[in-house]
Amino acid sequence: MDTYEFDFPATRKVTHRAHVGVVGSGDLEVLLEPSQGMQAHVKIRTNVTGFRDTWKAVLDRFFSRYNGAVAIEINDAGATPGNVLLRLEQAVEGSEHE
Amino acid sequence: MNESMSKVGARPVEQPAFLQRQSFIEMNARERARSFFDPGTERELVGPFDRVESPWLALQDVTPQSDDGCIVMKGKIGGEAAVVIALEGAFQGGSMGEVSGAKLTAALDLACADNENGIKTYAILQLETGGVRLQEANLGLAVIAEIIGSLLALREHAPVVCVTAGSVGCFGGMSLVAGLASYLMMTREGRLGMNGPEVIEQEAGIEEFNSKNRALIWGIHGGKQRYETGLVDALVDDNVGQVVDAVREFLRRGVPSVHRSAQIDLLQRRIAMLDPSHQWEPAELREFWTRQEVL
Repeated sequence: MDTYEFDFPATRKVTHRAHVGVVGSGDLEVLLEPSQGMQAHVKIRTNVTGFRDTWKAVLDRFFSRYNGAVAIEINDAGATPGNVLLRLEQAVEGSEHE
Repeated sequence: MNESMSKVGARPVEQPAFLQRQSFIEMNARERARSFFDPGTERELVGPFDRVESPWLALQDVTPQSDDGCIVMKGKIGGEAAVVIALEGAFQGGSMGEVSGAKLTAALDLACADNENGIKTYAILQLETGGVRLQEANLGLAVIAEIIGSLLALREHAPVVCVTAGSVGCFGGMSLVAGLASYLMMTREGRLGMNGPEVIEQEAGIEEFNSKNRALIWGIHGGKQRYETGLVDALVDDNVGQVVDAVREFLRRGVPSVHRSAQIDLLQRRIAMLDPSHQWEPAELREFWTRQEVL
């Protein structure tokens, strides 16, 4: 299992938390919470080792369009980059509409 | 949209029943748990953000899940207090570890305490599980014993309804838990058994059980067979409305006068009647036990 952590700049407070997904084959779980400071922090645990650069690229793309100050925890069981983005967007949707 | 598509879209199409129904099996454990309650009354206990996860999986390079695959919700069903415990079959096959087992046991114990204090509280188990989590073997075995003890205490006070819908089914030690419930419900897609197909093949050989033979698997472990041989109380379609209605009907019936698992003489008689030198077919067994009026 690999663990990665990344930080991203943020410009907007987020008020609600959201939980989506399941740690099942090809899927992942996302826990999104408002963070303390004005930045975003992502922690990933994945059972697919050696893909740090891919995770970084996926998150770079996500945070190029998202500016919320959130702490995100991802528990991954081999989701594809497309699936990761969809789950992240689903979590954002949950945190904006609750 | 092109012209032919808009024409198709404009025509009123009568959808077949299986497309109109909302599938129970396709929902995740959290959605399934929520579906049993009077809308808006439920709340999750020890949820994902409490981060009570398995301390053992990460040590073995397995990614943990924030709720350990066990969802506990408290709320009202038909105006009465109820607790629902649903296992997420997609996470590690719904397997029972130290944390998921402790959550399940604690939920049953709290429901039991409420009943003893005069607060009627139902319990519903939604089991999709392969049984003990191999990565937590001894702890998993221990929690099965604890769950059984807690269930036996609770079922004296209030009905415990167990639903196994699929697609995982209910196997291993958790099949014993299902068997001890006041009422047990399955879908045709669900499977229930102590030893799963692959375990039987691995231990006894492919001549004994071919785990690739789906007709054989459902002929033995399938919901219809289990229902028709009297091991299950209701067979329902994969339809949220039907599942929930059937659960509520069982809750209304209350604690059964005799639990299935207490009918030792009957169950022993049924086994004694079988000639093990004969290769029994699923349909033959259904017919035999029904004809002998031992159900």
